Amino acid sequence: MRKFKEFIIEKLILLCGLASIFFVALIFLFLLKEGLAVFKTVGLFSFLGGKSWYPISEPPHLGILPLILGSLWVTLGAAIISVPIGVACAVYIAEISPGKIKEVLKAGIELLAAIPSVVLGFIGMVTLVPLVKSIFHLPTGLTALSGSIMLAFMAMPTIVSIAEDALYSVPKIYKEGALALGATHWQTIWRVILPAASKGILAAVMLGIGRVIGETMAVMMITGNAAVIPQSILVPVRTLTATIAAEMGEAVVGGEHYFALFAIGIILFVISFIINVTADLFLHKRQ
Amino acid sequence: MFRRILFIITVLALATSALAAKQKNSIQIKGSDTMVNLGQAWAERYMEENPDSFVAVTGGGSGTGLSSLISGTCDIAMSSRNIKEKEIALAQKKGINPYEIKVALDGLAVVVHPANPVSKLTVDQLAGIFTGRISNWKDLGGKDEKIVVLSREVNSGTHVYFKEHVLRKNDPNSQEEFAHGALMLSSSQAIADEVAGNTSAIGYYGMGYISAKQKPVFIAQDEKSEYEAPTIENVVNGKYPISRPLFLYTNGQPQELVKKFSDFCLSKEGQEIVLKTDFVPVK
Repeated sequence: MRKFKEFIIEKLILLCGLASIFFVALIFLFLLKEGLAVFKTVGLFSFLGGKSWYPISEPPHLGILPLILGSLWVTLGAAIISVPIGVACAVYIAEISPGKIKEVLKAGIELLAAIPSVVLGFIGMVTLVPLVKSIFHLPTGLTALSGSIMLAFMAMPTIVSIAEDALYSVPKIYKEGALALGATHWQTIWRVILPAASKGILAAVMLGIGRVIGETMAVMMITGNAAVIPQSILVPVRTLTATIAAEMGEAVVGGEHYFALFAIGIILFVISFIINVTADLFLHKRQ
Repeated sequence: MFRRILFIITVLALATSALAAKQKNSIQIKGSDTMVNLGQAWAERYMEENPDSFVAVTGGGSGTGLSSLISGTCDIAMSSRNIKEKEIALAQKKGINPYEIKVALDGLAVVVHPANPVSKLTVDQLAGIFTGRISNWKDLGGKDEKIVVLSREVNSGTHVYFKEHVLRKNDPNSQEEFAHGALMLSSSQAIADEVAGNTSAIGYYGMGYISAKQKPVFIAQDEKSEYEAPTIENVVNGKYPISRPLFLYTNGQPQELVKKFSDFCLSKEGQEIVLKTDFVPVK
């Protein structure tokens, strides 16, 4: 009887595991089925390389180059801001901070992760956007930079917690050896611990970037959503995610616009898939 | 046993006929997102006064509403544009005769920051601004500042209306588009907020959103005509150039409940609701 119970539980768990893979496969198939239909009307090259996005015109212009660049641009900005701060924060928590501060910092970062993105977007809209506008004397504060700063806040918790884990998993002997050789605390961190944990830190960075590129609500609220090819970080941009979110409501089911939005979904899926696989590779190499 | 079955069948038959009778007391309204709030306000008031009837209102866009009227899945279609000839032909093929009732008007205000010296524009200049041909306020008599063009997202009927009637000036062959650099905001409120805080921005929205924090621009059809403010009066007498009628479409002359409801929309009470939801009454 007990064995039977075990058997049932094991199979149930197996089923749950399989279900998640099954759903991912179904979602991907659905994306492909809906998204590939757009290539009946536009070529792959003119879809990816087209410079104008006017989906509801007759005939529609379905070029997503400005959207791809917009997404990458905002993500790059967010990475430049969040990676140094995030990694430094992880180093401080893992290596330097005394017990009490460590607890406070960790709780604070978890709290940051708990703020819903729409709330961050709203706060950004009323505080950051006017600030960016007045500091840089811009015609509008709804820019890629505002989006990058806000997204950096969202990537930070991911980067800090994973990088911190990586730093902890550096064997203690390394540190002791370095200190015994007369290295200072900082030399130990910079020359020994950071290089030893580099793979894990890279994985943390990749996962943080993955979080940023998929983010929708906050970017939609504060980047201005103009589908232009960005020339600087101080102009409005339109991201892939915001385009889907803003336009799905009106797209006629089965129309070109609808298919094009699904095709954007495929592009996003591919981008985050690549990022996650890269992160995974780094994580596994480490072990 | 047989009696029991007979009994059940009778009960079921009675129940279904009762349901069917009830069905006749309900109408389905579908269409324009611009009009959803208006439609819902009408339906709520109407149901308060006639508790035995049921009016369901859903959005989806003018095109969606008209196509479900054509396919017979709704009784009334709300539309913020006239029905197209193509749609009429399709409807007649299916034995449906769209009947048009004009229930309200909607004026689109073009707004700038109160500190902006520019206070009147022609439709031509508007088209220039929103397509990106005019990009500096000094060309319009303002300060030497880049114009920040604000538009609604493509899911908005207002976006479509503005493009067709201002940018393309009702010319179906025109290929004019909003400037690449136009900021697409997701709501009229977002446009109102951005204009309120940005001296070089220009945007458009339904008249109902005008507040003291934005300055509505006076608009003229061309240089020879008068510049008019977006007021209810000017929309009613047709002097304000960017306004549009809002319609209900029914299958043939309205009958029974549909007639009662559409009469209610045009009644004094119905038109007061129009005013309350920030549209312009037709009566």
